[in-house]
Amino acid sequence: MMEVYLDNSATTRCRPQVRDVVVKTMMEDYGNPSSMHKKGVEAEQYVKQAAREIARTLKVDPKEIYFTSGGTESNNWALIGTALANQRRGRHIVTTRIEHPAVSAPAQFLERQGFSVTWLDVDKNGRVSPEAVEEAVGPETILVSVMYVNNEIGAVEPVEEIGRRIKGKNPGTYFHVDAIQAYGKYLIRPRKMKIDLLSASGHKIHGPKGTGFLYAGQQVKLFPYIYGGGQQQGMRSGTDNVPGAAGLGEAARLAYGDLDEAVSRMRELKNYFVQELGAMEQVTVHGLTGEDSAPHIVSASFAGVRSEVLLHTLEDRGIYVSAGSACSTHKKNQSPTLTAIGLPAALRESAVRFSFSDETTREELDYTLTVLREVLPMLRRYARK
Amino acid sequence: MFKAFLIKYAEIGIKGKNRYVFEDALISQIHHALKNVDGKFQVTKEQGRVYVEPEGAFDYEETVDALKRVFGIAEICPVMICQDRGFEALAEDLLRYVDHVYPEKNRTFKMHVRRARKSYPGTSMSLNADLGERVLRAYPEMKVDVHHPDILLVVEIRERIYIYSETIPGPGGMPVGTNGKAMLLLSGGIDSPVAGYMIAKRGVQIDAVYFHAPPYTSERAKQKVVDLARLVARYSGPIHLHVVNFTDIQLYIYDQCPHDELTIIMRRYMMRIAEEIGKANKCLALITGESIGQVASQTVQSLAATNEVCTMPVFRPVIGFDKQEIIDIAYKINTYETSIEPYEDCCTIFVAKHPVTKPNVQVIRRSEQKLQEKIDDMVKTAVETAEVIRIH
Repeated sequence: MMEVYLDNSATTRCRPQVRDVVVKTMMEDYGNPSSMHKKGVEAEQYVKQAAREIARTLKVDPKEIYFTSGGTESNNWALIGTALANQRRGRHIVTTRIEHPAVSAPAQFLERQGFSVTWLDVDKNGRVSPEAVEEAVGPETILVSVMYVNNEIGAVEPVEEIGRRIKGKNPGTYFHVDAIQAYGKYLIRPRKMKIDLLSASGHKIHGPKGTGFLYAGQQVKLFPYIYGGGQQQGMRSGTDNVPGAAGLGEAARLAYGDLDEAVSRMRELKNYFVQELGAMEQVTVHGLTGEDSAPHIVSASFAGVRSEVLLHTLEDRGIYVSAGSACSTHKKNQSPTLTAIGLPAALRESAVRFSFSDETTREELDYTLTVLREVLPMLRRYARK
Repeated sequence: MFKAFLIKYAEIGIKGKNRYVFEDALISQIHHALKNVDGKFQVTKEQGRVYVEPEGAFDYEETVDALKRVFGIAEICPVMICQDRGFEALAEDLLRYVDHVYPEKNRTFKMHVRRARKSYPGTSMSLNADLGERVLRAYPEMKVDVHHPDILLVVEIRERIYIYSETIPGPGGMPVGTNGKAMLLLSGGIDSPVAGYMIAKRGVQIDAVYFHAPPYTSERAKQKVVDLARLVARYSGPIHLHVVNFTDIQLYIYDQCPHDELTIIMRRYMMRIAEEIGKANKCLALITGESIGQVASQTVQSLAATNEVCTMPVFRPVIGFDKQEIIDIAYKINTYETSIEPYEDCCTIFVAKHPVTKPNVQVIRRSEQKLQEKIDDMVKTAVETAEVIRIH
C-alpha cells in the first residue's frame, strides 16, 4: 500500500543531512559549549554556525537569534518576555482570533495578570485587516502579535502592511510574528517588514523536534524567560542543545537553498488538488487558494462525513491527514480559525486539513483523490441520523 | 524497624475445608502484587496467618501500596519480629518499638499479649502486667487505659515473637482466582472499569472484551481501553483483552433495522459475542457497567431486552449506583482520568437522536429477523478474528 503523508503542517520528516549532523554532534563532537576545553569550543562552533545560517535566511544579525525548545516556547517568550519588560510603558496587547494556542494561551495568561488584550476578528478568508490593527494600536500598546501563515486554513496575513501601520501609529509598539507555518516557505525580511520578534520551529521544516528559534531584534527590550547559567547572552539559559541547533541550522539552510523551486512545486500541486476537490460534490475548500494563500495547506469540508471518521478511513488506506476540528463530539470545538471565519458547525465538524511538503508528489495526490472518490459515498451512507 | 507485615484476612477464615485454597490464592496474589516492588519478599503461611517478610532492604511505602491492592486482605499490620531471647530482651525490644513508632508519648495504651506458644513462661495475664509496667517505667507520660486505649500494643508469642500496634486497612474482598472467571464488557467509559474492579474484588478472575469500530472509532479509543484494562489489572491481576472488530456488524444493522432500535440490537449482538468469547475462555459469567436508567439502553426495558440473549449470568455490580457513586470508586481506583479522555466509542457513533427507551422484545426480535441472511457468519468472523492483548 502506498503511504502518503499529507500532515506536514503537524510535522515533517527529518532530512538525511539534518540527521547526519545531529548524529555527529551526539557521537563525535558531543562537548558542552560552556566547557573551556577543546571539546567545548568544537561544539560551540556548531551553535554559532547554525545561528549564522538562520540569520542569513532572514538577513539579520546572528546575535539576534535565540535557540529555544520549539515554536511554542518562542511564542510564549515573545509575548511574556516583552510584556514583563515593557509593562511600565503600557499594558495593552493586540492579537487576532485565529492565532495558534501557543500565542493565544500566553495572551490569556497575560490578561489574567492584568494586561488588556484586543482580539481582532478576521474576514471569511481568515485575514485580519491592517486598518483594524492600526486602529487598535494606541499609546499604551506594547505589542502586536499576528501570525504569518494560519496553520488551519493556510491564510496569509498582510504582515508587511501591518508592520508599516503599527510603526506609523506608535513607533514604540513591538511587532511579533508567529512564522511557524511560514518560515521555510516565504522569504521573510524582519527589518524591512518592521518585525521585531519572530518565532519559528525546526520540525516543521524537516529539522528535529524540540528545536526552534526566536528572532528578537537588538532594539527589543525583552526579559529572559528561562534563568540559569547565562547561556545565549544570558537571555535563554540551559546547556546549549547542540544537536538541536545544528540540525535546525542545517534544515534552515536546506529550506532556503531551493526555496523558489520547492514553493512553486507545492503551489502547482495545491492548485491541482484544489481544482480536483472543487469538482467533487459536497466539498467546500476553505479560505483563499491562489497565490495569496500558503502553498502547502488545503483545508476542506466533506459534508455529511465527520472529520475523524474520514481521517481514520484515509489512514486505513495509508493516507495521513489532520482533522480540521475537534476529535470528538464530547469535546468542545477546538478550532479557533474555522469558528472565526464563520463556518457553521456542520462544516467545522467535517473539515480536514491536507498539508504538503516539497517531498509530496502528484502521484500521491492522485492516489488520495481516487481514495476520496471511492470512500466518500460509502461514508455518507452511514451518517448519524 | 519493621521487618515484616502481618496480613489479616477476614472472609477467608470462614471457608471451612476450602480454607487452604483461599490462603494459597491469597499468597499467590500477594506474590504477584509484590513482583514490581523494590526488594525481595518471602510470603509464608503460619497457623492461620500470612506474613510478608522482606529479605534485606525494601521500600516500605511501595510495599504497603501494593498490598492495599490485593483482594482478600482485611488488614495489613507492620510488625517487628524478634527472636525469643528471654523476657528482658523482649521488654527491651518492646520499648524500642514504642519509642520508634510513637515519638509523642502522651497517650494511653493497653497491652495485649497472646501466648500462642504455650511453653513460654508465665501466663498472658502476667506478661501483660509485666510488660505494661516496663512501658510505664520507661515512658512515664504514657498511661494505661484498658477500655479505650489510643494504642493497642500486641505481642504475639509464637516460634518467634511479633510486636505490632498499627493496622492499615486492606481492600477486603476475596483473593482473585478463588471464584472462577468472568468476561467484562469494557467500553472506555467510567462505569465498566469500576464494574470489573468490583467483581474482581469478590475473587473473580477477569477477561475483557472491547468492541472496536474502525474507522468510526479511533486507534486512540482502543489505546484508552488498553490503558483502562491495565489500571484494572493492578487489582485483578493479568487480563486478556479481546478486541472485536464490530464495524461490519454495526453497518449491517444500520442498513437493515429501524434506526431507533440500532443501539439495542447492537448491544444484543455485543452480549452474544462476549458470551461466545467468554465460553471459549472458560468464563462463567458476563460483567457490564450498566446502571438503571443512565442512558436509553439502560432502562429496565432495555436491560431486559439485552439480557434476553444471554445464557450466562450477567453481573451488573453498579446497577443501583448513581453516577456520582460510580465516579467516587473510579477516582479511588484511579481510572477516572483515563475514562474521561474524549474518544468516541462504538455505542455512540450512530446513536439515533431519539432511540427507543422501552423496547418491546417481540418487535426487536422481528427486526433482527432482517439480519438473518448474513449475521451468523458475521458474528462468527468477529469472534474468530478478535485480537487478544495480554495485559499484566
